[in-house]
Amino acid sequence: MSDPSSINGGSALAMVGKDCVAIACDLRLGSQSLGLANNFEKIFKINDKVMMGLTGLASDVTTLHELFRFKNNLYELREERKIEPSTFANLVSSTLYEKRFGPWFTGPLVAGLDKHNKPFICGFDSIGCIDYAKDFVVSGTASDQLYGMCEGLYQPNLEPEDLFETISQSLLNAVDRDTLSGWGAIVYIITKDKVIKKVLRTRQD
Amino acid sequence: MADRYSFSLTTFSPSGKLVQIEYALNAVKQGVTTIGIKSTNGVVLATERKANSNLINNDTNTKVELITPDIGMTYSGMGPDFRVLVDKARKLAHTNYLRVYNEYPPVKILVQEIAKVMQESTQSGGIRPFGVSLLVGGYDPHSEVFQLYQVDPSGSYFPWKATAIGKTSISAKTFLEKRWNENLELEDAIHVALLALKESVDGELNGENLDIAVISEPQEEALGFKGTNVPGPRFKKLTPEEINDRLDSL
Repeated sequence: MSDPSSINGGSALAMVGKDCVAIACDLRLGSQSLGLANNFEKIFKINDKVMMGLTGLASDVTTLHELFRFKNNLYELREERKIEPSTFANLVSSTLYEKRFGPWFTGPLVAGLDKHNKPFICGFDSIGCIDYAKDFVVSGTASDQLYGMCEGLYQPNLEPEDLFETISQSLLNAVDRDTLSGWGAIVYIITKDKVIKKVLRTRQD
Repeated sequence: MADRYSFSLTTFSPSGKLVQIEYALNAVKQGVTTIGIKSTNGVVLATERKANSNLINNDTNTKVELITPDIGMTYSGMGPDFRVLVDKARKLAHTNYLRVYNEYPPVKILVQEIAKVMQESTQSGGIRPFGVSLLVGGYDPHSEVFQLYQVDPSGSYFPWKATAIGKTSISAKTFLEKRWNENLELEDAIHVALLALKESVDGELNGENLDIAVISEPQEEALGFKGTNVPGPRFKKLTPEEINDRLDSL
């Protein structure tokens, strides 16, 4: 009940398609069973081809978003290029492990396309162990339900439109079975020439 | 009080110079000539490995060193200072890059880190600047090109197509200006490096008194294991036999 990573609630997931990746989250911010806001986005843009999801303790979500924005800005100035998703994933991992004995209470996700536009997704535990996946990764208070939905609905090599449908149904039906998640949802589809953002309308209970 | 201004490193002379840095550059100018040449498919770093006496066991004395699997470094000037910089460069490559991003630093980033170390020694109390100029050669996997940099005791660094440092650097650079072109290949670059060194070395050139390394294609056989997607190191020292073969065909 006082577990920091499930006080505020919220869920996110990422999926690989054909030459594209999708990453989605709900919009709820709560204090245990009390809903506080329905506009709390948990997915953040790193660059045109890399996005990250951050679920867990809302204060850590906000702080880590600022920390990674800072680290990514320094990286772009130093290297004079955009960070690769796999490189960014290792940066996330080492940043989380720095706090090995007093961790950030978050479960991050990274999704993106590398320089050859090959899809990349991965998830992390709160101390930075990377979970590489070739199909989908999930995170947040509805992660059990998300695993079930993804295992049921996911199929490889979906086109962007079909991937959007699969990830949306997986998220919506998972968060409906979790009291701490829901209250709206956002889906991003990353393709080689654009990122599509879609806002999903959901039941508000 | 002619050298009032050589007490502290951090004191400018009235003419605007930091004389300790000038002295460090003099140490470099007395050093053995070192050549670096970039080609389409690799970089060569070549220098003379002088043994003052035939009683010295010379095969443990190396002057071109691996920093990361894709980056090599050599010098003109003071040998002990170089070894300190090699240790620092290797450590920086790990702590500031490999352990953060799980990949080795690009040449430019590593050169900036080394240059930072050298600059700090011109502005700190109680220490002297490094008495070396470095040549750092390597491969950048992001832009997929070979790169060659020079780093000076002041901490300035320059990207080169081909250059020379040390005693006969001026004449060697004139020679390289004539011989270098955009289409130069690695074997030609080694050839040009040997010709340039020949001018500066008194006495016979052979595989024992030269130290040459190339950074070119990944050497899978150097890994010592098979069946992974780990690329082999691009850095490779030439053996005395390999150097002698090339000297024979000069």
